[in-house]
Amino acid sequence: MEAWQPSELELDRRLQRRRASRRSVLVALVSTVAFAAVAAWLVVSSPDWESVRNTFFNLEIAKDSFPKILEGLWLNIRVLFFATIVVAVVATLLATMRSLRGPVFFPLRALATGYTDLFRGLPVLIVLYLVGFGIPGLNTEVRIPVAVLGTIAISLCYSAYVAEVLRAGMEAVHPSQRIAARSLGLSHAQTLRMVVIPQALRKVVPALMNDFVSMQKDVGLISVLGAVDAVRAAQIVQQQTYNFTPYVVAGLLFVAMSFPMIRLTDAVSARMAKREQQGGTV
Amino acid sequence: MNAANRATVLELQGVHKLFGDNHVLKGVDLEIASHEVVVVIGASGSGKSTLMRTINLIERVDDGRILLSGDDITDPAVDVDKVRARIGVVFQHFNLFPHMRVIDNVTLAARKVHGIAPDVARDRAIGLLEKFGLGEKVDDYPDRLSGGQQQRVAIVRAIMTDPELLLLDEITSALDPMLVGEVLDLVRDLKAQGSTMLMATHEMSFARSVADRIVFMHSGRPLEVGTPEQIFGDPQQPETREFLARVTHR
Repeated sequence: MEAWQPSELELDRRLQRRRASRRSVLVALVSTVAFAAVAAWLVVSSPDWESVRNTFFNLEIAKDSFPKILEGLWLNIRVLFFATIVVAVVATLLATMRSLRGPVFFPLRALATGYTDLFRGLPVLIVLYLVGFGIPGLNTEVRIPVAVLGTIAISLCYSAYVAEVLRAGMEAVHPSQRIAARSLGLSHAQTLRMVVIPQALRKVVPALMNDFVSMQKDVGLISVLGAVDAVRAAQIVQQQTYNFTPYVVAGLLFVAMSFPMIRLTDAVSARMAKREQQGGTV
Repeated sequence: MNAANRATVLELQGVHKLFGDNHVLKGVDLEIASHEVVVVIGASGSGKSTLMRTINLIERVDDGRILLSGDDITDPAVDVDKVRARIGVVFQHFNLFPHMRVIDNVTLAARKVHGIAPDVARDRAIGLLEKFGLGEKVDDYPDRLSGGQQQRVAIVRAIMTDPELLLLDEITSALDPMLVGEVLDLVRDLKAQGSTMLMATHEMSFARSVADRIVFMHSGRPLEVGTPEQIFGDPQQPETREFLARVTHR
């Protein structure tokens, strides 16, 4: 039997599709460039653009402040690192507590529910103030570094969010999986650990990564406690120079830091969507 | 076959089960001897699946007792995990763990419940999988397998730790007709090896050929129990006759 070769009909269709896609790429490119040009022109041609450029986009000040802000960002990264670990542990515990059944576990379930309700509702800034100024007030002899207090506050808030994401994932695992595991003689805890949680995590990976991206920028809020992070470093320079460029520098650094994770999240989501849709055209 | 002088593996004494007002099992008495294959037939809703689930302690009985090799497993003091570890279950929808390879699905209980060393469990699992024509699927994930292959893996998972009793709950109902045969052949192999089985099925010709005894369930009770020859050849109860006429009608 001869190997299959695409027919004239199919070759023609492929040519048409290629032409159509080339045309839409071109249209998108031209319209994006045109829009950007108009937006830039509007900003640049405004009467006081010069002073705005000096205050926000001053290259000299950007260069001078960059090392200090970068040093501050290192603190943000460390806070992010430890907060991620704490959130992973606490959120898993909370989600597990909320998934417990039976009247015996009512207190644990109620505690976990109350916690997630409270910390999902509270603005992060208020939690930062309460933890950052409240805890040190309890005992003025001991000095806890503000970065540590900031880490605690961020962890408290994000544990509640992540716990809810994990719980949704655990509930999305079909009950028959739990029955199959228990039928093999696995205990409730073993079933959660080996069967439910691994499958739940797969289901919520994009949502978790999204929360991580969100936390990446929210660690910048610890500056309100006085921790010298990227935002605070920028503020110090701003107060010396009366120029806002350092904030732009810090902002760009945060964007740069989150960029790989954002792209990775997109890629993972796209891959999962592809697997579920099995390559349809819709 | 003379089941009388063999040890009793399973004994149900007046088992009741209610879901709210729905009285699903209304006093079930049943005995299964060692190496015996008992097939439960009956219409949907007659209580077949519930019966299986009460034996496996997935559902708690509302009255009566269930004895497994003489132990009262409905005693509240009993460790349900230990009881379940003694019973192998195969489900209609396979219920393999999709995030584990075939080998890990099969060896999970051996490693984590029965404390068998991983390499010993692996060798035994590979032996069983090869024996049942699944040797090439050892390292695949379940979604790479056909329904029939998945169900055969699920059976291997259930027999991996030599359970005292195998519960097979409509294991071919979710399968393409082309794939039913390969699963039923495996069950025949298990019978030849002397496994004790309780099986619910809609495959009447298979029930007839493999069963030592047939139990006809009707509205929550085993209405008629007998050898396949008797149940299929000379059913005594009008309900049994009616059911068989319906399911064997072409």
